[in-house]
Order: sequence, then structure tokens, then C-alpha cells
Amino acid sequence: MSDSGTTPEERRSPLDAVHRAAGAAFTDFAGWQMPVRYSSDLAEHRAVREHAGLFDLSHMAEISLIGPGSADALDHALAGKLSAIAVGQAKYSLLLAENGGIIDDLVVYRTGEDRFLVVANASNREVVAAELIARAEGFETFVSDESDDIALVALQGPDALAVLLETPGLGVEGPGNDQEDFDRAVTELKYYRSFPATFEGEPVLVARTGYTGEDGFELYLAPELAPKLWEALAETGGPRVVPCGLASRDTLRLEAGMPLYGHELGRGILPAQAGLGRVVSLAKEADFIGRAAAERGPADDAPVLVGLTAEGRRAPRAGYEVFDGDSADARRVGEITSGALSPTLGHPVAMAFVAPGLAEPGTAVFVDVRGTRIPATVVALPFYRRAS
Amino acid sequence: MTDVTALQYTEEHEWVKVDGDTVVIGITDYAAEKLGDVVYVDLPAAGTAVSAGTVVGEIESTKSVGELFAPIDGEVVEANQAVIDSPELVNSDPFGEGWLIKLSAPELPTLMSHAEYRAFVGE
Repeated sequence: MSDSGTTPEERRSPLDAVHRAAGAAFTDFAGWQMPVRYSSDLAEHRAVREHAGLFDLSHMAEISLIGPGSADALDHALAGKLSAIAVGQAKYSLLLAENGGIIDDLVVYRTGEDRFLVVANASNREVVAAELIARAEGFETFVSDESDDIALVALQGPDALAVLLETPGLGVEGPGNDQEDFDRAVTELKYYRSFPATFEGEPVLVARTGYTGEDGFELYLAPELAPKLWEALAETGGPRVVPCGLASRDTLRLEAGMPLYGHELGRGILPAQAGLGRVVSLAKEADFIGRAAAERGPADDAPVLVGLTAEGRRAPRAGYEVFDGDSADARRVGEITSGALSPTLGHPVAMAFVAPGLAEPGTAVFVDVRGTRIPATVVALPFYRRAS
Repeated sequence: MTDVTALQYTEEHEWVKVDGDTVVIGITDYAAEKLGDVVYVDLPAAGTAVSAGTVVGEIESTKSVGELFAPIDGEVVEANQAVIDSPELVNSDPFGEGWLIKLSAPELPTLMSHAEYRAFVGE
């Protein structure tokens, strides 16, 4: 049993008018017109590291599973053991192909004993929905693509909690809720946990998750309500809250060493190559799609994902080749998947797939930056970790 | 304040200002905005001979890399050291302090007018 959304040519966020009024520059992202920046990538990046940033992530895909067989269905469909998480918990997981390759990476929220919300990348909405529907066959669960009915606003940064506590209109779901209950619930909310809240009396799922390397929240709610919540957060936050586009989101996640589908993850990559072996639960009893391939593991000479740092200001970028020397006869040993001049660290950082013999931190390599070989050093990920 | 209507423009989103027998070259506000925050510029050194249409430098933002094309044949007389030191000048003042290179040119260019360039970028 299932239903699935439609695919219009060009999608616009429910917050589109808000972004246009704010003077955002837009970019096409998986068929969506989304803000790439409002004024300055660097200022937006810095705001998230120092205060707070507000992101519109309404392009993300949300697929729900409802029914007593939902946990078992997800244990079969995904690489992780989702039946093991408690109500209110979230888990990062992977949707694998039969050959072990990564179809998408996901965050799965358990919102009830028999309810889960699977959040997928916008570009993979259709394939993830179709796979979950197919893989849930025979389990007592109803899989539904809710993406058109759910907007997502993220508030990220060290001031995120304070701003959320000050924002009017938020409550907890259930009888007799008031501001105090919400304040307690959100203050006690641990990382990778969520709870059912309300805004203006309407349901909002408040999750302490994100993609920036900072503390922060992701707020799932009805599209009609999103502009009002956005304005409330921006107004309450004042100078502490800066609207942020996808450009800063990308440099933030890169510094935090978080993989991006299509760059560090893809169908030709096994989880272990991308350092995600821990996400694959070989201990769970359920037979899941991709298990046999994950058990075999990648070939001994399969490239592995590493972090690279360099000096100067020229950044290695996706697609640039990695060599083991700067002479003409140096061997090509890998390829950059993402890279930028790190706004926080002030030097170039990149991720790359390299030959396994070169994956040890401290290893010296060279990156061909548009014809010039620049020296780089393999480092452990992440590049940036917030002070706890 | 630079009078942008007095400048000439290329399809590579560069502006050219004729100043006696030298020409000053930079990128337009449109190009700077498309690039995002510029964090690095690589410019040819004084004395470098350049020919029209070839890549002579790079303008790199957090998100992407833009190429600097020589709009005309000539020789570099000066690269803007202030921009090399503070690449953000390309964003804050693309037509002024954010200029990139000066060329001495045997023949002065005939490129797009301001009105033609605005039409070219659809404004």
C-alpha cells in the first residue's frame, strides 16, 4: 500500500516569497529554486559558527511509515537497525542497493511506536520513495511520500536554543501545554532526538539534528505555517539569526566532515569506503538489501574517503585529480569529491577518494588545481569540531 | 564612484575602462554576485603579454572559480595588489577598488556599451 507525489517541472519552496522579499539569489537544486545566498556566503557561514543561521530545507524529501510492521520494514529496507531506536530518537542511515552501493543517505526519526519519518535528499526523493514502497511489501506498514505536505526550517548555531526558547507561539503537543512545557522539552532535548511540538496550535516536529557541525534544530511543519515560523524565528533572533543559503550550508557541512550525496556518496561507493561502516548493522538479525555485499566489503584496492588540507588559498574542488608527487611521472592516486577554502580555518580543505595505501593521516599528496600541483596532507575528519 | 555607463563590457562579464593608452579591467557587479564571496584572485604579473580571448587569471569564490579573460591583446602593466591582498574588494567595489589588471594596448577595444551589456545580462 502506498501513494507517491507528483513531479512538477520547477519546484518552489513555501518560503519562496519570503526569500524573494529578502533579496536572496537562487540556484537550481534538484529541480527546486532555492536560496544560494542572501548577501554573503562567508557572513552566513560565520553567523552559524558564532550565533545562528536560519535555513529553508523544504526541498528535502520526507517519507512516512505508519503501521505495526514499520520497524521491521525499515530493518529490511535500510542498513541500520531502526527497530532498536526508541520513540523520540533519530538515526542516520543508508539505503543500499543489492550490490552494496549507496542509493541515498537518510535521517530516520521514530515519531511513535508504529511511526517513522524518513528524510531523504531532494534529488533522491522519487527513488527513495519507490524503494521504500517496494521493500515494505509484505510488512504491515503504509509508506507515504509526504514531501509536498512538509516544510523544513533549520535553526543552527550556538544561539539556536536561546532563540527557540524566546520565540512566541511554540508549545508541546497534548492537553494543557504552555510555554514552560515547551521550554523544558526543548532544553532537555538531546542530540538526535525529536519531540512533537506545536506552533500556533499546529503540529511541528522539533528535532535536535542538523548538517552544520553546530548545535541546532530542524523543524518539520505544514508548508502553510512555514513563513510564519520563519518570520517568528528571524524576528525573535534579531541580529543573532541570519538567513542562510545553500552555499554556506555546503561549506559548513564540509568543515564538519559530513558527506554529501553525489559527492562523497553514490551508487558506486560502499559504505565502508566512505567511512560509514558503522552505519551498517551486520549484527542485526534481519536480512537487509545490500547485506551480502556489505559483508564481503570493498575490494582491497578500493579507494577510501579522506580529508585533505592544504596551505595558501587555492582550494581543490570536486573532480580535481590527486597525485602521489608533483613530477611528470607521478601516479594518479585519487580524486577530490568536495573542497573549499575553509571560512572558519582560513586554509583549503577537501575530501577525496584515494588509494587505500595513502589514507593514513600525515600522508603527503598533490592535487592538480587547474594545471598546478599543490601539496596537500591527509588528515582525519572532521576538519572542524565545535567546542563542547 | 565609477561612472559605469562610461565603461565597455565583454560577454565574459568583464568591464574595460580606457584611460589614455592603458586599459583597466575588472569584473562586473553581475559577475561578482554570481560568484559569491571572492576569496582568492590569481592575476598575471606586470610584463606578461596577453592575447584577446585567452585566460590570464582566476577569480575564486567559496563556491566556484571564475576565469579572467584578456579582452584585448596587450601587456600587463599592473596587477591590483590591493585585490590580491583583499579579494573581497571584488564584491564590495567591483567597478572601483576591485579592478584587476591594467594593460597597455596597441589598439583600443570596441566592446559592448553599458546599455548593450545590460541587455546582454537581461536587465
